[in-house]
Amino acid sequence: MPQSGRDNASADGPRPAAEGALALAVDNLRAYYLMHYFGVEREVRAVDDISLVVRRNEIYGIAGESSCGKTTFLKTIAAAVRPPLTVIGGSARYGFVDRDIYALSPAELSAIRWRRLSYITQGSMNVLNPVRRVRQSFVDFAFRHMKLNRRAFFAAVEQHLQRLRLTANVLDAYPHELSGGMKQRVTIALATICHPDFIIADEPTTALDVIVQKDVLAMIRDAQQQFGSSMLFVTHDMTVHANIADRLGIMYAGRLLEEAPTIEIFKNPMHPYTAHLVASLPRIGEQSRKESLSGAPPNLADPPKGCRFHPRCPLAMDVCREASPALTTLAPGHRVACYSASPLVKPSATAERASRAEPVGMVP
Amino acid sequence: MLRILKDLLRYNREFALGAFLVLLIVAMSLASFFSPYPSGMQYVVPFDMPPSWTYPFGTNSRGQDVFWQLTFAIRNSLLFGITVAFLSRVLALAVGLISGYIGGMVDRILMSINDTFVVFPPFPILVLVYFIFKDHMSWALLAVAMASLGWPYDARLIRSVALSLRTREFTTQSLFSGMSTRQILVEEHLPYVLPIVFATTMNNINWSIGLEVTLSVIGFTNIETPTIGTMIYWANQHTALVAGVWWWIAFPVGLVIMTFIGLYLLSVSMNEYIDPRSRLSRMGGTA
Amino acid sequence: MSGGLLEVERVAKSFAMGGLFGRSRFNAVDDVSFSVQAERPEILAIIGESGSGKTTLARMILNTLQPTSGVIRFRGEELSKARRGRRRLDFIRQVQPILQNPYEAFNPLKKVDRYLYASAVRLAGARSQKARGKLADAALQKVGLSLAEVKGRFPHELSGGQLQRTAIARALISSPALIVADEPVSMVDASLRMSIVNLFQRLRDELKVSILYITHDLATAYYISDRVIIMQKGKVVETGPAREILTHPHHPYSMLLKESVLSPDDVERGRLTLGPDGEATRRQPARNSA
Repeated sequence: MPQSGRDNASADGPRPAAEGALALAVDNLRAYYLMHYFGVEREVRAVDDISLVVRRNEIYGIAGESSCGKTTFLKTIAAAVRPPLTVIGGSARYGFVDRDIYALSPAELSAIRWRRLSYITQGSMNVLNPVRRVRQSFVDFAFRHMKLNRRAFFAAVEQHLQRLRLTANVLDAYPHELSGGMKQRVTIALATICHPDFIIADEPTTALDVIVQKDVLAMIRDAQQQFGSSMLFVTHDMTVHANIADRLGIMYAGRLLEEAPTIEIFKNPMHPYTAHLVASLPRIGEQSRKESLSGAPPNLADPPKGCRFHPRCPLAMDVCREASPALTTLAPGHRVACYSASPLVKPSATAERASRAEPVGMVP
Repeated sequence: MLRILKDLLRYNREFALGAFLVLLIVAMSLASFFSPYPSGMQYVVPFDMPPSWTYPFGTNSRGQDVFWQLTFAIRNSLLFGITVAFLSRVLALAVGLISGYIGGMVDRILMSINDTFVVFPPFPILVLVYFIFKDHMSWALLAVAMASLGWPYDARLIRSVALSLRTREFTTQSLFSGMSTRQILVEEHLPYVLPIVFATTMNNINWSIGLEVTLSVIGFTNIETPTIGTMIYWANQHTALVAGVWWWIAFPVGLVIMTFIGLYLLSVSMNEYIDPRSRLSRMGGTA
Repeated sequence: MSGGLLEVERVAKSFAMGGLFGRSRFNAVDDVSFSVQAERPEILAIIGESGSGKTTLARMILNTLQPTSGVIRFRGEELSKARRGRRRLDFIRQVQPILQNPYEAFNPLKKVDRYLYASAVRLAGARSQKARGKLADAALQKVGLSLAEVKGRFPHELSGGQLQRTAIARALISSPALIVADEPVSMVDASLRMSIVNLFQRLRDELKVSILYITHDLATAYYISDRVIIMQKGKVVETGPAREILTHPHHPYSMLLKESVLSPDDVERGRLTLGPDGEATRRQPARNSA
C-alpha cells in the first residue's frame, strides 16, 4: 500500500516539500493504440519514448499541438489505459507509490485517486454531476477520503473554498446555474480539497473566455502553492505556459523535443520547433511579420524515420533523417533533442526499437 | 463493394452465418422455378407421407409435396416482405429527410401525420382492411396497406439524424457551394442515414413476414396462394398436429425462423460496418 | 449606388426562451450598426467573448438567419430579398463564409474536392470537367496549395491547416467581395496558424477582398485588422482603427479585455496570484524558475 509521512487532509497548512524528492518519474514510456478492424491493423504511436521528472511543489507544463500525443500521455499517467490504448514499455512512477501507476490493482487505484492524484479537465461537466448540487459532488469525491464526520467535513470544505476566494453559497448551486469560469473554479476547488500530492491538468482554461482565464490561472497557481502539490499542466497555448509553468516540455509527434525552465524556453529556445513556436506568437503592440512552418504534424500511425520533425525543419541534416536524436542536457536544466543544437547530441539508443513488443502491466 | 463483402465474410462471424442462412432461403426460393408440380395443384402425390428419401419434407393431407410447396411459400413470403419493406423505406426516407431538413411548418405537419400513424395498431387495422375489401383483397393491396403502417417509427429516426446533420458545418459549406436541397439531402446526408435505413429494412422484412403469417393463419389473406402463413393455415384446417402430420407445420415454421435469424444477423453485422463512425475509424479518421 | 459594400443598420436579434408559460426574450444582438465601404478592401475585426452575439451577427450577415429588427444591405440591396432562387445564388457568389472548425467544414465521408467542384459549377459557371478543375486549381494556388495535393483526398488525410486553406480556396472560387470568417484560426494548430492569418492579409491586398474577421483573440486581431468592433452582450461598446483601439482602449470592457490577454512576455512578469477579491494580480518581484 502506498506509504507516506503525510497525515489526512483534514490538517490545514502546506506540507514541507522534501528537497530533491520526485513527485513523478517517467522513464522511456511508450503507449500505442493497437487497432484491428476488419483485417486492417493500425498502430498509432501516440507516446513514443518519453522520459521526464516532475519535482515536488512544481508545475511542469507540456506544450504541443493537436495529435502530438499529450492527451494519450495524460491517460497513461492517470492510469486510464484502456484498449485499444496499450502500454508497450517504460515506467511511470509517482513519489507516493512504490510501483508503476498502471501496475496497481483497481482497489489500490481507488484508494489513491483524488486523495493523492487528482485531475482538472477541460470541461467541468466531466466532473460536476449536472443533476446534483455542488455540495453533493464534494461529498461524492472527497468524503470517504477525508474520514471526518459530516459537519467537520463541510466545515473543512468551506474553509478550503475561502482560501481559494470562493464564497460558500456556491455549494448550494446546480452546475448549470454557474458561469463557465465559476464552474471551472469549483472544479479546481474539488480537485484540491484532499490536498493531493499530484494534480493533472488537461487544458483547464482552453474553453474559458479571455477575461476569466487569467483569474482561473491565478487560482490554479495559488492552489498549487498553498497545498504544495505538484502539477502536470497540459495545453497547446504557449501564453498560458508563460504564466503558469515553472518548467516546460515541448512535445511533438509522441516525443519530447525540448525541456527547460519556462523562462529559458521563451528567451533561449534551442530546438528549431520551439524557436518557431515562440517567434510566431503575435503580440499587441507588435506588427512585425510572423511566419508559419510549412507542412503539418506527422500522422502518428506512420511517423517519419529519424527525427520526427525533420520534414518541416529548416535546419535538417542527413543525420536527422536517419536516427532520432536523444534528449541531451546542454545547459543546466535544459534538455534538447536536436543535432543542430549541439554536437553533443547523439542518436537515441532507445528510440528506434521494434514496435510490437508485449504489453506491460496493464490494469485489468 | 466486393472487397467489403469479402472482408465481412472473413472477419465477421455473424455476417457469415447470416449470409449463409439467407443464401439457403434464397436458394429455396429459386428452387421453386424447378418444381415438378405447379403450386396450385392438389392430390399429385400420396398424402400424409412422413419425410423420406422420395419426399424429403414429407407430403401433406392435400396431396402436395411439402418440400416443393415450401419453395413456393418461401418465395412468395420473401417477395411480399421485400416489397413492403421497400415501399415503407421510401416513404420513411422521404418524410424523415424532408421533415428534418426543412423544419418549420412542414416538419410540424409531417410529424403530426407521422404520430397519428404510429398510434394505429397494425393488426386490427389490417383485419379491418380485409373486412372492407373482402373479395377485392389482393397481395398488392395488402402490401400497400402494410407499407403505410410500417413507415412512421423509422421516419422519426431518420428525421432526428437529419436534424443533427442540418446544424453541422459541412451542411453550411454545401449550401454556400451552391448545392441544391436535393443534392445536399441525397449526396451529403444520405450516407449518414443509410445505416438506419438498412437496419430497419431487415427488421421491416421480418415484421411484414410475421404479420403476413399471422393474417394468413387466420385465413385473412388469399389462401390459395402458397405462403408460409397459408401453409400453416391449411395445416390447421386439416388438424395436422392432431393427425400426426407434424412435418406439415414443422418445416414451414423452421424455415421462417431461419429467415428471421438470417436477416437479423445480416442487419446487425452490416450495420456495424456501414455506420459512419466505425467506417471512419477504419479509414483512419474520426467522425 | 451607395458607396457601401455592407451596411448593418440597427440590427437586433432576440430569441424566445421558456415554454408556454413564462416565456422570456433574450437579446443576442442589440442595436448594432456599422458599415464596410466598397472602394478600399479592409479587414474588420469583430471582437467579443462567448455570448457577445458575434456569431449570431455573422449568421445574419450571411443571410442564414433573419434579424428581428433592423436591416442589412449588401451593395444597396436588402438581404431579406435575396433569400431564394437566383438572387440567393447571386448573393452567395459575393459573400462567402469561412467556418471555425476545419475538420467539421467537410463531410468526413466524402472527398474534399467535391465542394470545390460544386462551387465551380454552380457559382462560377464552369461547364466541363476540365473547366471546373482549372478553376479549383487556380483557387487553391491562391492559398498556397494545388489541386494535385487535394484531389481525391478525404478530410482526415489532411491537416487542420490544409483543410482550412481548402475551405478558403473554395470560398474564393466565385471571386467574392466579402468573406465572413468566424473564428477561422482558433482550431488550427499554433505552428500553422500564422500562415492562415497572413493569407487573409494577402487576400485583402492582392485579391481586394474585404474580410469580417470574427474572433476573441486580440493579438491576431491587432496583427491584421484595419478596424475593430468590440461587442459585449449583443451591443457594440467600442469601434475604431484597430491599432489605436487595441493599444489605448477607452471603454471599461475593452480595457478589461486587453488587460486579460496573456502574452509570452508575461514570463518575465510577477507570478499570478489571487487578490483579495478573487481577481488575478501579479506578485512582485518576478518569480524564480525552478
